[in-house]
Amino acid sequence: MFMDFFWAFVVGGAICVIGQILLDVFKLTPAHVMSSFVVAGAVLDGFNVYDKLIEFAGAGATVPITSFGHSLLHGAMTQAEEHGFIGVAVGIFQLTSAGIASAILFGFIVALIFKPKG
Amino acid sequence: MITKENYKNDIKNYQPKPKLLKNCIKAFVVGGLICLIGQGLTVFYTEVFGFSEKAAGNPVVTTLILLSALLTGFGVYDKIGQFAGAGSAVPVTGFANSITSAALEHKSEGLVLGVASNMFKLAGSVIVFGTVSAYIVGMIRYLIEQFL
Repeated sequence: MFMDFFWAFVVGGAICVIGQILLDVFKLTPAHVMSSFVVAGAVLDGFNVYDKLIEFAGAGATVPITSFGHSLLHGAMTQAEEHGFIGVAVGIFQLTSAGIASAILFGFIVALIFKPKG
Repeated sequence: MITKENYKNDIKNYQPKPKLLKNCIKAFVVGGLICLIGQGLTVFYTEVFGFSEKAAGNPVVTTLILLSALLTGFGVYDKIGQFAGAGSAVPVTGFANSITSAALEHKSEGLVLGVASNMFKLAGSVIVFGTVSAYIVGMIRYLIEQFL
């Protein structure tokens, strides 16, 4: 249990350090970093690497945005097994739906209630 | 003689030093802490509500997004962001923050043209590139599994 927390912290932190290096050294914008990470997550999942990372690091791998790409591909592949080609499109948002829906909903509600700061 | 190279060396002392190491440590600690909270939530949802570890992913992400949206509303998340850089941008909370802050920023332009139209200004690129790359990788994998 303690080790789970330890590795979640270390792996999650390490992924963020990669992002920071992309920001500082390669002068990418945050949007570029986030987009690259999502693509990286999808590609790593294509080689079945990302699941191993999740097994090892738990939330350290599921909380960074890379897991968004991983979930997109996972949903697509699950449906592809059942429905073939069209399944890729059917399933692509299956697992990420909760994240996107809640981000839209909460973002909208917060924008209604709060006043912009600064 | 002032050449381009000389000039670059001369002004080096007056330019702000890139604080790469410091920034990386900050990103590591804050990003790690957010993942630590995620791990705590995972344990909470598996122990208290009996989710399997895989199924717990959805409520964990949803909770983090809710927290991030609220903190953005209070103006706290942007302060964390100034301190942590990628440490708060890379976790899924950064995704929620980009949606909420874009929505808030354009509130004065109205709900339809302001809030709703601008919500995905930053997050849109994440969804577009994620979807396109997952689609391509998915197709390739499907073809390989079918025909090899």
